[in-house]
Amino acid sequence: MGRVVVDVMPKPEILDPQGKAVAGALPRLGFGQFSSVRQGKRFELEVDGPVTDEVLAAARAAGEQVLSNPVIEDVVAVYEDTQVAAQ
Amino acid sequence: MTRVGVVTFPGTLDDRDAARAVRLAGGEPVALWHADADLHGVDAVVLPGGFSYGDYLRAGAISRFAPVMGEIVDAARTGLPVLGICNGFQVLTEAHLLPGSMIKNDHLHFVCREQVLSVERTDTPWTRDYAQGERITIPLKNQDGQYVADERTLDELEGEGRVVFRYEDGNPNGSRRGIAGISNAAGNVVGLMPHPEHAVEPGFGPDGPQGPRSGTDGLRFFTSVLHALVG
Repeated sequence: MGRVVVDVMPKPEILDPQGKAVAGALPRLGFGQFSSVRQGKRFELEVDGPVTDEVLAAARAAGEQVLSNPVIEDVVAVYEDTQVAAQ
Repeated sequence: MTRVGVVTFPGTLDDRDAARAVRLAGGEPVALWHADADLHGVDAVVLPGGFSYGDYLRAGAISRFAPVMGEIVDAARTGLPVLGICNGFQVLTEAHLLPGSMIKNDHLHFVCREQVLSVERTDTPWTRDYAQGERITIPLKNQDGQYVADERTLDELEGEGRVVFRYEDGNPNGSRRGIAGISNAAGNVVGLMPHPEHAVEPGFGPDGPQGPRSGTDGLRFFTSVLHALVG
């Protein structure tokens, strides 16, 4: 079994209300060292066989066509979860 | 009688209210099921509010792939009047029938209030019974209602007169340029966040000039489309 991770983040120019709320809460809880937070999404896509280049390409296409909305989000990374592959 | 389809996705909340609004306006509501790739010969379609598919991926994102949406997208491109309300508006942006997208309200809270809007465009099949610049009051209730698009798209919408409704008396969710509703270039597809179907019957809508709960400003969305179709 293989696993591909697709990371989706709000575009830099889009205000991220959730990240902003988290950034406001951190100092109140004693984490004053972080000046900004942005909140995104991580998708884990599993395949029965190994993670081939075709699988990665399909995961990227799914990321761009379904998992993200290009108006407000970017697919920032598509990669094999090697910890799963090693198991 | 003019037949107006009302789509039900898993998680749709306001389909009954939308169907009731169609009936009160004098039309025949037709229930359309998300998994059925058939519009049953309707003359117009309403995508009502709710949380289609739980809004799990993004608001309205999964609905775009429902069998009924394939039919609606094709029909909308050839002129079928389509109205998306709240989650229905989100579905229309995800289906690329309308530009832009909705993100979480800037204040992060669910908002539920009687909202004043200005009617900016009256030459669509959904707004022809309103007067240009008229102020109407209809309910607004959402969590992901902040309309966003890039500056070029916003300029295009303004330049082509495709901003159909704007928030008045304060921006309730941080939407760019106070935009509450927009149309496609042809004008037959309209989406807005507030809910006209909740202001169609005295006794159940917002407060109005006739007294508490007397507001029926939403009804003319539905009379508009009937008048547009009859010609």
